[in-house]
Amino acid sequence: MKQHIISVLVENKAGVLARVAGLFSRRGFNIESLAVGTCETPGMSRITIVVIGDDMHIEQVKKQLNKLIDVIKITDITEKEHVERELAMIKVHAEPGSQRSEVMQIAGIFRAKIIDVGAQTLVLEITGDSEKIFAMESLLRPYGVLELVRTGRVALQRGSSGSALRQ
Amino acid sequence: MKTGAAILIESLKEEGVEIIFGYPGGAVLPIYDELYDAELTHILVRHEQAAVHAADGYARASGRVGVCLSTSGPGACNLISGIATANMDSVPIVALTGQVPTGMLGNDAFQESDITGITLPITKHNYLVKDARDIKMTVKAAFYIAGTGRNGPVLIDLPKDVLTAKVAAEEVLSGEPELRGYKPTLKGHSKQIKKALELIYNAKKPVIYAGGGVIAAGASEEMVRLAELFCLPVTTTLMGLGAIPAVHPLNLGMLGMHGTEYANYAVSESDLLIAIGARFDDRVTGKLSHFATHAKIIHIDIDPAEIGKNVNPDVPIVGDAKSVLADMICLAEKKGCISEPWLEQVKLWRKNHPLRVVNDGKVHPQNIIRKLSELLDGGGIIVSEVGQNQMWTAQHYGFKKPRQWISSGGLGTMGYGFPAAIGAWFAKPDETVVVIAGDGSFQMNIQELATVAQYKVPVKIVILNNMYLGMVRQWQELFYDRRYSYTELPSVDFVGIAKAYGIQGMRVDSVDQIDEALRTALDYDGPYLLDFQIERGENVYPMVPAGAAISEMIGKHNHNGGSDT
Ligand SMILES: Cc1ncc(C[n+]2csc(CCOP(=O)(O)OP(=O)(O)O)c2C)c(N)n1
Repeated sequence: MKQHIISVLVENKAGVLARVAGLFSRRGFNIESLAVGTCETPGMSRITIVVIGDDMHIEQVKKQLNKLIDVIKITDITEKEHVERELAMIKVHAEPGSQRSEVMQIAGIFRAKIIDVGAQTLVLEITGDSEKIFAMESLLRPYGVLELVRTGRVALQRGSSGSALRQ
Repeated sequence: MKTGAAILIESLKEEGVEIIFGYPGGAVLPIYDELYDAELTHILVRHEQAAVHAADGYARASGRVGVCLSTSGPGACNLISGIATANMDSVPIVALTGQVPTGMLGNDAFQESDITGITLPITKHNYLVKDARDIKMTVKAAFYIAGTGRNGPVLIDLPKDVLTAKVAAEEVLSGEPELRGYKPTLKGHSKQIKKALELIYNAKKPVIYAGGGVIAAGASEEMVRLAELFCLPVTTTLMGLGAIPAVHPLNLGMLGMHGTEYANYAVSESDLLIAIGARFDDRVTGKLSHFATHAKIIHIDIDPAEIGKNVNPDVPIVGDAKSVLADMICLAEKKGCISEPWLEQVKLWRKNHPLRVVNDGKVHPQNIIRKLSELLDGGGIIVSEVGQNQMWTAQHYGFKKPRQWISSGGLGTMGYGFPAAIGAWFAKPDETVVVIAGDGSFQMNIQELATVAQYKVPVKIVILNNMYLGMVRQWQELFYDRRYSYTELPSVDFVGIAKAYGIQGMRVDSVDQIDEALRTALDYDGPYLLDFQIERGENVYPMVPAGAAISEMIGKHNHNGGSDT
């Protein structure tokens, strides 16, 4: 069992996400993370799925994904050189005064942005790999993390050998 | 200006559709109004499940795409078992469903169901059409997807306002649908094909294992030619019956749970298994780790996802079986039998371990099937229900050709056979169509007697009546200590029921009536029902218990005794 990062290029149509996600749930896979958005080609979207499973099962899922009419291309980038990012927003309890400046210091170290300031709260925006987000979250925990939201991981292969269409 | 419904009918005609099996309702009234004077045959079934099974039977008999139509909500939901059946057996059908108007979608409106959501895992693809201008393109895409690559069911959901919307002719989108993500591989890789041939040249104990894919691809001729070229014994799955004539000297019949002893021995002993359009289903392989353990495996399939799913092949070939086999024959360098001793061995098994039938003066189902096969000279279209009746027919009917045998293999859907037989007859009205049913299965879509009567569909209904859910009773006998929990069915006057629908019938109690009864039914100009009172405790043998190796069959020496295992 290991983590796989699968990048799926799909038609940008209603219901496609349900088709893709459905294939994983049917086989009892837990999706670790899933991120979708439009991509470089109009009319297409790229889905990045992080899933844990043994190689044979993942191979089957990839083949099954390929059978979906709206799936254009699948790349398993786990073993390929790639860059990976995730964005998180964290609303943390921060009373004006020393507490707030400590939180701002932590934000500075992690190169996080402060995107909202409330009477007793700050909202931080952080991008990075999962470990970085996790590390910052644990540092902020003692102050009181009120809400946290993550986009899910997105990944791209490095260099010129992209996963884009080559037809 | 044309309505969406009119565009739909026009598009169906453009796809060559001649017949639709359906059942009306509020959401599809615009379509039914168009059908009222369209030059398109619509067959009114008595249950939507029958509509989809009939479309499926039509598709299997003809090789064309079958079409069914239902209303929204309950109508659409009644299609589910049939769509799943077609999906499991890779049958090309297009299911048209009505839907509530787009403005009400998702509101739990009257007779609404999210049918595209519900059928997501059991269709090859599905569509919810939101704009009447898209209907034509959607229909075109649906037929293309259903009938190419690995065939399968496609559903089109049509909201009522889309059906009534008026569109100017020039606004209707037309041309070729853009399907960037759908490009089935038809041609096999020539390097892999050469590798496969090398394995064949060097094999000492080769066996071809042919599935429904051979029939779907129209590749039977090529398969038989390849077999003859090298003298390769051929065993088929339930779905592959008819791919090679029953009487062909290389034919070993069916393998697997209720396969012949000789097919199962041959596969177990083989050193090369050539799987063609077959998917290593668990009913075929038995315990997977004990399946064909000495064999190298060549796997030819149009669906890449089938390759490596259950068994890792030595030579995988993705492609259309007809094209791949034609290439193999073309590229073959060596010719002639590659292994005479193996053929001798196989022949010996076949001689020593035949499927047995007894002639003890009692009404045995095996004898009925054999008699039918004899009277029809292995011809006709034979449709089965599910259970023992299905297995006896598969074992004992002498199929000659592909598309002659129609049965729910993958899903094993009771109630499939009778409506599928109706669909098959509409595809091949010149053929004798016989449905072989259990008394349990027949009662699952018995209301279709009305359809048969209304349209004078001359199907011959052969009920093998054991007053049990026989196959389940067999499992209870063998594996649940004969505790026959809820599998006994009370006696039913099937002939009386047929008569009530205006259909002729006859009850058969004794062995000397079998021949005469079958002849009467076959000669009769119209539908005919035969209710055979068979030996109640009869079992299907041989049998591989679930989870055992296929060489470990039970009931080998007394195939008709019932409980001597
Ligand atoms: C819709 C459906 N329900 C239940 C089953 C489980 N099942 C498989 S065989 C069988 C018994 C079939 O009995 P019958 O039709 O009388 O045929 P027989 O086995 O006696 O020939 C049952 C209940 C099924 N295959 N399909």
